[in-house]
Amino acid sequence: MQPTLEQKMWMYEKMVVSRRYEEAIAAAYMEGKSPVFNMANGPVPGEMHLSNGQEPCAVGVCAHLKDEDTVTATHRPHHQAIAKGVDLKRMTSEIFGKANGLGGGRGGHMHLFDDDVNFACSGIIGQGLGPAVGAALSQTMQKKSGIAVAYIGEGAANQGAFHESLNLAAVWNLPVVFIIEDNSWGISVSKQKSTAVEKNSVRAAGYGMPGEYVAGNDPLEIFKVAGEAIERARAGKGPTLLELQTSRLAGHFIGDAEGYRPEGEKDALEADDPITKFRSHLIEQGDATEQEIENIETAAQAQVDEAIAHARASEDPAPEDALTSVFA
Amino acid sequence: MSDTKERKLTIARAMAESVAQYMRKDEKVFVMGEDIGVLGGVYGNTRGLIEEFGEERIRDTPISETAFMGAAVGAAQNGMRPIVELMFVDFFGVCFDQIYNNMAKNIYFSGGNVKVPMVLMTSTGGGYSDGGQHSQCVYGTFAHLPGMKVVAPSNAYDAKGLMNAAIREDSPVVYMYHKGLQGMGWLGTERGATVNTPEEYYEVEIGKASVVREGTDVSIVSLGMGVHHALKAAAELEESGVSAEVVDLRSLVPLDRDTIRASVAKTGRLIVVDEDYHSFGVSGEVIASVVEHDISVLKAAPQRVAFPDVPIPYAKIMEQFCLPNADKIVATYKKMAA
Repeated sequence: MQPTLEQKMWMYEKMVVSRRYEEAIAAAYMEGKSPVFNMANGPVPGEMHLSNGQEPCAVGVCAHLKDEDTVTATHRPHHQAIAKGVDLKRMTSEIFGKANGLGGGRGGHMHLFDDDVNFACSGIIGQGLGPAVGAALSQTMQKKSGIAVAYIGEGAANQGAFHESLNLAAVWNLPVVFIIEDNSWGISVSKQKSTAVEKNSVRAAGYGMPGEYVAGNDPLEIFKVAGEAIERARAGKGPTLLELQTSRLAGHFIGDAEGYRPEGEKDALEADDPITKFRSHLIEQGDATEQEIENIETAAQAQVDEAIAHARASEDPAPEDALTSVFA
Repeated sequence: MSDTKERKLTIARAMAESVAQYMRKDEKVFVMGEDIGVLGGVYGNTRGLIEEFGEERIRDTPISETAFMGAAVGAAQNGMRPIVELMFVDFFGVCFDQIYNNMAKNIYFSGGNVKVPMVLMTSTGGGYSDGGQHSQCVYGTFAHLPGMKVVAPSNAYDAKGLMNAAIREDSPVVYMYHKGLQGMGWLGTERGATVNTPEEYYEVEIGKASVVREGTDVSIVSLGMGVHHALKAAAELEESGVSAEVVDLRSLVPLDRDTIRASVAKTGRLIVVDEDYHSFGVSGEVIASVVEHDISVLKAAPQRVAFPDVPIPYAKIMEQFCLPNADKIVATYKKMAA
């Protein structure tokens, strides 16, 4: 399964928007946090988990999705949200804690909910697996055509919820695609030290579903494999497990000193940036000219700048808004 | 005198020192949890341990809480003294079965045949906009369920003494430390938590509260971060001629009801400060301890300054609106005294 030219350019654009977005968020996050780094300070307080390097996993999968398809994402959700089409302005307002944010400032960056495109994320490992199974069940019971994608990190494959959710999706033959973004680190603990198998994709055999490992952090390869899995789901043939090799170019959160990384690892990952590689590919293949690529990049930056400016200019919630929205 | 020289430690260092000292003398003590090895714990409380004791006794776990909490119970029953960490108390949901149905009940089920000498460390508290799954206290949830002792230090001296007592204890102890008191710069630092902490072994008795400031007009009872709010409020009240007593609970299970009652018998007024949710929790239990015992000592209805019954909001302006602070305590006292 090969992407059309349009899909390829869409993937590149979303990857660039995502990266520019994380750069802008990182800059805003650091405001008010120097010389003393205190998470409570600045316009974007709390923890911040950036997705730099993991963009191919978002676009290669979400290129196949429609609004009615559900995505459950993780504590590192921005790239997936952008690829799923979450409203960037409302998302940014949420991250800035503004009244017009997706959750009116109640959720923050780990709790982005956009019902219009069926996107949700959570701050706790493996927590989106069950809800993705449930979204798929709901679609099936209502005889609707939507499917569900559950994104997790490789660390979450060692959660009980992983076993239970894959089994349930398989035994009920539900249209779910389980996507593991394998960035090889669960905060400071490496995959090698935490996981009994080299590839989590082999675990699919335990649930009677297909499993595949996709190496290379390449959006085109991910597009192909994810497309087949999503096609299977849409055809009523049940769930699939995919593990996508990727790179966490940032720390677990901003402020993470990453003393646990082997020397040179970060440099090697940065030298192998998936956006740079995809950019070269597009030009070499004649998919786009340098000028067309630059236009995409300029537009991406403008879109990000606009979202950030929108959030900064938006109103804070009233303090007592904290007491509302507990019940429906 | 040189031997009484001040030796100020953060809570994080006090905890790590206690564990290290205990591990040197007792080979049965070991630590496991997420990011407690090379990283030294997200909140610094296992820093330096892996360098001294190695990976055999300082075990980074997979993100498999049901497995490693259960493994701690099993190891404890089998003769070891595990110390387990789960970095945010918010994360306990996934493994709660092992905690409240297993860890907390096996001594009882066995009629005391089985011991479960384990310590479960976890961080509590917010105030830095980390959202509703990284900021809770849920003290009351653990204290409500029988079979686990629960401690929550407000300063480094108590942190070390309670940790020593917790490791020696043959029953499970849930050790809840507040992130804002750890002395980690990136979370802000409550200076009052960094206090003189002796190097030699000592214990703070589990189940003993501490009167950290004496007073005659009102008893402010709290734990963890709330103690520091209470002390600030007491200092503020003093300026208007009000003498506030501050009681640091230090332990929730067992709860030192005698110290609470004695304080309120003296002052006649009670304010409970709790960063946990308002209803069905610690604050209600403290008030019940007094009113079930003797309402004749009360000059005013007891009050609580607690987190409203809503999930913890992310936006700073909303979170700060909800959190207890010294101003709220002072305002509450003024209403009571009016």
